[in-house]
Formats: sequence, C-alpha cells, structure tokens
Amino acid sequence: MLFYQDIMEDFKINHLRELEAESIFVIREVAAQFERPTLLFSGGKDSIVLFHLARKAFWPAKVPFALLHVDTGHNFKETLDFRDWLMAKTGAICIARKVQDSIDKGRVVEEKGINASRNVLQTVTLLDALEELKLDCAIGGGRRDEEKARAKERFFSHRDEFGQWDPKNQRPELWNLFNGRKLMGEHFRVFPISNWTELDVWQYIFMEDIDIPSLYFTHKRKVFHRDGVWLAWAPFMQLKESEIVEEKDVRCRTIGDITCTGVTLSTANSLEDIICEIAATRVTERGGRYDDKRSDAAMEDRKKEGYF
Amino acid sequence: MQNINSEPAPGYLDMELLRFTTAGSVDDGKSTLIGRLLFDSKAIFEDQMEAITSASLRKGDEDVNLALLTDGLRAEREQGITIDVAYRYFATPKRKFIIADTPGHIQYTRNMVTGASTANLAVILVDARYGVIEQTQRHAYISSLLQIPHIVICINKMDLVEFKQDVFEKIRKRFLKVAGKLEIKDVRFVPISAKYGDNVVDRSSNMNWYNGPTLMYLLENIHIAGDLNLVDIRFPVQYVIRPQSDKYPDYRGYAGRLAGGVIKPGDRVRILPSGYESAIKSIDTFNGPLEYAKPPQSVTVTLEDDLDISRGDMITGIKSGLHASQDIRLMVCWLNQKPMQLGGKYLLRHTTRDVRCVIKNVDFKMDINSLEKNKADKQIGLNDIASVCIKTTRPLFYDSYRTNRYTGSLILIDEATNETVGAGMII
Repeated sequence: MLFYQDIMEDFKINHLRELEAESIFVIREVAAQFERPTLLFSGGKDSIVLFHLARKAFWPAKVPFALLHVDTGHNFKETLDFRDWLMAKTGAICIARKVQDSIDKGRVVEEKGINASRNVLQTVTLLDALEELKLDCAIGGGRRDEEKARAKERFFSHRDEFGQWDPKNQRPELWNLFNGRKLMGEHFRVFPISNWTELDVWQYIFMEDIDIPSLYFTHKRKVFHRDGVWLAWAPFMQLKESEIVEEKDVRCRTIGDITCTGVTLSTANSLEDIICEIAATRVTERGGRYDDKRSDAAMEDRKKEGYF
Repeated sequence: MQNINSEPAPGYLDMELLRFTTAGSVDDGKSTLIGRLLFDSKAIFEDQMEAITSASLRKGDEDVNLALLTDGLRAEREQGITIDVAYRYFATPKRKFIIADTPGHIQYTRNMVTGASTANLAVILVDARYGVIEQTQRHAYISSLLQIPHIVICINKMDLVEFKQDVFEKIRKRFLKVAGKLEIKDVRFVPISAKYGDNVVDRSSNMNWYNGPTLMYLLENIHIAGDLNLVDIRFPVQYVIRPQSDKYPDYRGYAGRLAGGVIKPGDRVRILPSGYESAIKSIDTFNGPLEYAKPPQSVTVTLEDDLDISRGDMITGIKSGLHASQDIRLMVCWLNQKPMQLGGKYLLRHTTRDVRCVIKNVDFKMDINSLEKNKADKQIGLNDIASVCIKTTRPLFYDSYRTNRYTGSLILIDEATNETVGAGMII
C-alpha cells in the first residue's frame, strides 16, 4: 500500500532525473512537431547521451528517426568503430555524409597551413545533407555551459533557408512551450541537453551505465604540444619545427575532429576517476578545443553560418 | 517494480535542482553577485578567468568585468549590455543551480518574463543607498505575475551605508508594503555586500544584528519540493507510442510529462476532451515499470481500455476540476515588435494542444512601474503587460495559472511570421 505521505517524503527528485525528464520531453516534442527530424551523432559523449535519451523517450518503440554523422575523414578510428558497434547493438540507422565528398565536388576548399582543420568545412557538408535528405530538424548535443555563444541558444533554435542562426532575433522560450513552426526550406536545431553541464553528463553516464568509446579513458598515444594544448598526432598533420611527437598517458575530454581536439594528460581509467577529475579540474572542456581559440567570437561566427 | 527515485546513489548524485532568476541593471551589483556565487562555488574555470581578465584589460576596465562571462554575444560585449537571457550553471554539494540571468531595464521585460517562467526562486537586488525604487517594484511584480514561489530580496551595498540595521529595516518594511499589493507567497530579506562577500556565501562579521541565513544558505536549503501541485492529476498527452513490433504488437502508450498530481496503476482517470473514463494499467519507462509517477517526470502511460487518444488530449482524475471554455481571460506579456492586434487572430499553444484564437478585448494595461491599471489604453506593444479576453476555436481545458503553472500558461504565435509573440497566464 502506498501512502501519500511516502510520496511527499520521496518527492525530492535528483537533478539528473529532472534534467533527463526535461530532455526526454524536448525529444518527444521534436517527434511530434517535425516531419523529418534527425539526430546529429558524432560518436562523442554528448551525442551518445543524446541517443540514449532518445531511446528512452520512445521505448518500447524504436527511435522514430535516423541518425546523421558528418564525417570529417579526420576521425579517431575508435570513434567510428564505436559508432558501428552501437548501431548494430541497438538496431538504429546512422547515415554518414563525408566532408571529403564536399571537397571533391568543389563545394568547399581544404584549409592549408599548420593549423589546417576540416572543422569549419563540416558546416557545408551538414547543410547539404539536411537539404539532400529533406530533413527539417536536427537534434544536437550542444550545451549552454560549453561556450558563451551557446549560453544564449534556445532549446528550439530556428534556422533560415540558408541555415543561418540570428542570435539577436531568437524566439522567446517560456515554460515548456516550444514553438517549432517554420516556413518551407527553413529548419530547426534542437538542443535537448542545453541545461546539462559536463559533470552532469559524466554523472549520468555513470548512473545509467552507458557505453562510451575507449578514448575517454586513459591510453598511450603519440601527442605533441602546441600553444598550451596537447594535440593527438596523426599522419596528415603538419608539425612546426620545434614540435616533437612523444608518447604520453592521455585521455580525451571531448572528441571531435582529430586536428583540433586536445587531449588531457590523465591516468583516469574508470568513470569514477573521470568524475573526480572533472570535479577537480580548473579548465573548461573547450579549453582544449583549438577551433574555439581562433577568436573571441569564433563559436558565434561559426554558429551564425550554420555550424552545429 | 522499481522506484527510480529511491535507487542507491552516491552523495553527488543525490542533489536537487534549483532554477533561479536574477533581475537587475548594470549598477546594482548583479554581475558582481553572480560572479561571486560562481567564483566561490568554483564554477568559473581558469581559462574563462584568463579570457575575461585579458578582455577587461583590453577594454581598459580597472577591475575584472565578470559580466563578460555571461555576455556571450558579440553585440553584447561591444555595447556592454546584456541583451538576452543568459543561463549559468553551478553546483554545491547540496544542489545544482541554473541561473537565468536577465537584464533589468524596462525594455527587456520580455526577457525577464522568459527567465521567470521556469524559475523556482527570484533574487531581486536592491541598492541599500536608494531603497525600493521603480525597478524593484517592477521586478517584484513580474515575479508575482509569473508566480515564482520564492523571492529573496538582497539588499546590496550594505558596505556603503555603514552596515546599518535601520537602513535594512526601512527597506524591508517598504518592500513588504509593496508586496502586500502583489501575490507573493514567500519572501526573505538578506543584507549583503556582493563586492566584499558579506552574507553571500559566508556570514558577515560586519552585521552582527542580522541573525538570518546567508544567500547561499537560502539557495541551498529553501524547500522547493512542495511547490508542485501533487493533488490534481494533469497529464497532457504529448506523443503516442506504438511500436508495432513482434514483441509489442498491440502496445499503445501515451507519452508525456506529468504536470500535476500523482498517478498509480489502477487509478481511475478521465480523458479530455472526449470525457471517457478508464484506469491506468501501467506506467512504463526504459528502466522498467513504475509504482507511481509525479511531476516533473516524463513517462509513458497505458490504459485498461482501448480509446482514441492523441496528442493534445489530457488525462486527469475522474473529478478533474479543470475549466473548459472557449472564452478565456488572461494576463498577457507582449513579446514582439509588432503590436497586438485587437480583433486579430493568433495560433495558441496550451500544453500540447494547438488551437486558434481571436483577441476580443483588452480589459486594462498594467503600468508595471506604478502598478496602476490603465483601462483607457488598448495599445499593447512590445514588453507591455495587459489583461485580455480571447475566444478560441475549440475549448481549452485549463487551470488558472495560480493553481498550476503548466496547465495555466499559453503562448500566442503569429501565423504569418511563426514568431512567438505573446505569453499568457490564465486568470
């Protein structure tokens, strides 16, 4: 027998369950309000959590839309292996679109020089994919605590027919009433884990026992040091004269394009270790993202053009 | 069966979430206060601190300008103002906090309303030298209009009035007089100095006459679990789950987020608008079935009977207590440059239900500085707050906003631009 008193006593709902409930609500709104949504999947922890939340939102049915992976071609091999393993395990479908194809078609030109990265080029591949597949909404793993331009982002973020974000003209978002109405050719980006912090994501992965790529745990890797950031070495990367490739115990705090994802010197080999490390750390996770160091408004500028 | 709320969890997983809003203008020390809360709870990181230190130096500021942390957009940094709602996050061992930081000027009323719509608590800053001013009244009014359950008045810059008790008492009495005209349930007063940290996180030794809690103590301990309505069952159907798989060939579940009440398998329920009765068969989640569900959980409910139920319907108790009407009176905050059209038609979203409506009448416009009702002015433009009557194409099933924030709120959408133009609180 259940008593009202017990329910009152038990009312305290922990912060992760409340964030989860909010995210599931947002993901279900996407399925209800859009005709052809997708979930942007990078193989990083945020998109893995996002996919996990989507599975929870529609259980016992399958996630009613396909995933989309924008592949820079400069991936960590472990990420792609993990993606394929996860899709096989869950029976979900992941469509991949390659930046290399955009380069071959002449849609974008590869950056040159020492800091060359395909990070910015992804935007064109992404927008082309949305148009080609006639997708009207892309769910992304962006979080407001990641970066200051993201702090102003809505859950439901409108994009015009050029895929552009207009930060000064965003729709007000009140209560849990999300407005996904749009004109033909326009689309939405939706960020269900807007209110999560990096620590929330890790605590949730621990609480829900979610599988993540081995890259997040300590491993030996060839790395080099550039402008205060340890970068993973790969054959296609150019080194400056003073830079030496050495082997270190490292792990990834974020996983992105290999050319701009910094790695952390760490021996953390369990989720508990990682949570302790994040709780004690004094640098933000994007502190190691070379793509954000380009200017004070680097993220805002990329987002306006249609970046994730 | 399991209960997801009583699962064993390490201490750091057992935190509550508190959403609060801070309203204030450039000069009353709001950024300094937020900066201090973030800094003292170690939510500002070294690279962020370095970035804003060098940005402040470049601009020629004497002190590190903590507002640069929250003013994320290029235009905001150039103009030195906060334009939009900025969300900031920090946590202490007891709670995780989401701050909706909003600008205080009257031209940003819509941002304040937006930030307030999801807040459990409002922090209102008062400059000890000036006391309760027009802006304070406005912030108090918006907090009461949006029914933020708890209000903390921080009387700041106590260092500039020699930490005198009578200054604090005078402001407290004056505010209580204003609050008497408003619907404010729980209000607390804390004398602070954000700049020097008095009574923010640590107790001040400069104000021994003050025996109350510090701001941080209130944020960490104020009781919020009782703020939600646990009596009246309100389950707006958001999405219908039909796997049509070999394992679940006939499964039909109604997904949604509980907006009120506690539901258990076996509970008799009524479905609106059809009025059919049924009983809850199960409450399903990915992690297993639940013994009961309560707000703000997102769950999937199955019913004993095979009924035609879709998005926009509402599952309630047998005696729902909901109002059903097409003629609705509400307080509206206008959010768009284009003024409200009297007689104009708008799309209306209420819970998960979409209808169309027409603006029938403006009862009065609120002067949010003087708190006077102006019955003559029917021009409702950006940032105006007014009492209006609308007529909907189909009945809405609603509570008054006072009873339930989620079944008592709605938004108006311009059909031509698709923009969200109005925020409504049903009276």
